[in-house]
Order: sequence, then structure tokens, then C-alpha cells
Amino acid sequence: MSPTSEQLPSLQTLADGCLVLSHRLSEWMSLAPTMEEDVALGNIALDLLGQARGLLQQLGDKAGVTEDVLAYFREAQEFRNPLICELPNGDFAHTMLRQLFVDAWLADVWPLLAATTEDPEVRGVAEKAVKENAYHLRHSSSWVLRLGDGTDESHERMTRALDALWPYRGEIASDAWHDRVAAVLSEATLPVPDRDAWTQRTSAAGWHTEHLGDLLAEMQSLARAHPGASW
Amino acid sequence: MSSEKKTPAWPLWEVFIRSRNGLHHQHVGSVHAVDPEMAVENARDVYTRRGEGVSIWVVPSAQIVASDPADKGAMFEPALDKVYRHPTFYEIPDGVANI
Repeated sequence: MSPTSEQLPSLQTLADGCLVLSHRLSEWMSLAPTMEEDVALGNIALDLLGQARGLLQQLGDKAGVTEDVLAYFREAQEFRNPLICELPNGDFAHTMLRQLFVDAWLADVWPLLAATTEDPEVRGVAEKAVKENAYHLRHSSSWVLRLGDGTDESHERMTRALDALWPYRGEIASDAWHDRVAAVLSEATLPVPDRDAWTQRTSAAGWHTEHLGDLLAEMQSLARAHPGASW
Repeated sequence: MSSEKKTPAWPLWEVFIRSRNGLHHQHVGSVHAVDPEMAVENARDVYTRRGEGVSIWVVPSAQIVASDPADKGAMFEPALDKVYRHPTFYEIPDGVANI
């Protein structure tokens, strides 16, 4: 069953999720396994940043502040991103599985938001994001397949990533999500963990992992050191 | 940390991009990739970031057959003095319109 519009995440959750995950991916710049993958991760990070900006502008307009105020001058407990978006990159397998989990979530969220929102600006962001996310999902799925069904070491690393990330699916997983992810995991010769297993769910109340504070300290430091600066 | 293992470099692929429908594909560069699908994705990510293309071809670099630079003289110099092969060599007679 696909999620219904009542199950859509709030715009704040969506905007913060894209912003935080974008920053995480940007941490790979110059460190990815190949130059080509470096550029690919950069492209995905920029897509996510564009999606976050589009939504933060709308949220900022309603709150009477700029997108920058929302991105750079909120504290960790004011962020509503799903916890999985803020988790550290780990190794490349960990990053790609995290990406698959989030892309599989957004694959349902963006079309549903585009179809149900009454805000034309938000609809514009969502419609553009549908295409961007389709490519992200293809990219992350193909890497999970390659690494899961690759060498002994890549399979081992993917399995480790799965153990580490599965408890963070709760805030993004629907039945459709489980079906989508299970199909990729099976093809990648990886185990499909129990969908009813215990899961973290605290970001809606502003409770985050310890990692978000570190991420924000880096992401927000420049804007806070030079408030109002522009290019 | 696991010990550093030398892995062979991924195969190289030549990338051709068609910038608009109706134009031909043009060589733009190369990418490394383990298979054709990854080569197309990498080409997309590296060479179409600014809206450069509507179509991508990738070809294994090893499949390109090239002329030998040492044969440059024999291959190309004979064409240099054949000026009559250029249309500009010929004077257009008076009375021929629309050229």
C-alpha cells in the first residue's frame, strides 16, 4: 500500500531531511572511490540542496524569515529531519545504503506531495524533485546491487551497513518502502531484515542523535561567523 | 583498517554527447566504469551537468581503432596540396545564382 497524503511528512521534515543529507554527501567531495563518483555524489548533494532551498523558502515566507535563517540559525533540537539523514557517512557501502533508504522514501513522497499540495510553489519543487530522485534511486540501487552481490568484502560491508541502518528506517518506512527496499536487497543477495523489528522514532520531537550537533556546527559556522554576508 | 590492496583500474570509456536533436554526437571525453550502465551514468554525471546533452553514447576505449601518429606524413600530407578539392578553388561563372 502506498502512503496517503495524511502520511506525508511535514514540509519541515522534508526540507530538513534534504538539507542535512545534502551536507552529509558533500563531505564525500574529493574522497569518493573514483573521480566520476565524486561528481555523482556532488550532483546528488546539489539536487537535495535545491529541494531543501525550495521548501525552506516557502516555510520562511510563512514565518517571515529567510531560508538562510532557517538553515543556519536554528539549533539541533529545532530540526525535524529523519534521523537517518544525519548519520555519519561511514564507508561507501554505508553511504549508498543510507541513500537507497532515503531515495526509496522520497520516491513515494515527492509524487504524492506534487499531487496533493495546494501550494503551487511547493508543487513546483516536488515535480522537479520527482525526476531528480528517480535518478538518485537508480544510482543508489545500482551501487547496493554491485556491492551486495560483489566481492566477499563488499558483501560484508553492505551487511554491516544494513545492520547499522535498519533501526533508523522507522521514520521513513511505509509498506511501499519496505517492498521497494526488499526487492533491491534480495537482488543484491542481502538478507531482508524483519520489517516489524524495533526502530528509532524521535526526530519529530526534536530528539536527534549526537551526530546532528557536529554536522550543524560545521554547516552553520560560516553563516554564524559572518551573519548576513553575501557572495 | 584493512590492508591496502592494489585493484586494477576500471576500464576506460569514450563519451559522445549529442547536444540537440538533429545534431551528431560529438566526442567530449572519457570516464572510468566497470560496465556499460555505469559508463552511461558516469558520463551523465560528469559531462551533462550544465544541460549539454539530450543523448549519450559510450564506447569502450579499447575498441577505438586509431591511426598511427608516425604515419601522419603518409596519411595526411598528400591532401595538403590538392587545393582543387576545395569548392573555393573554382570561380563561379557569372549568371549562376544562389550559391
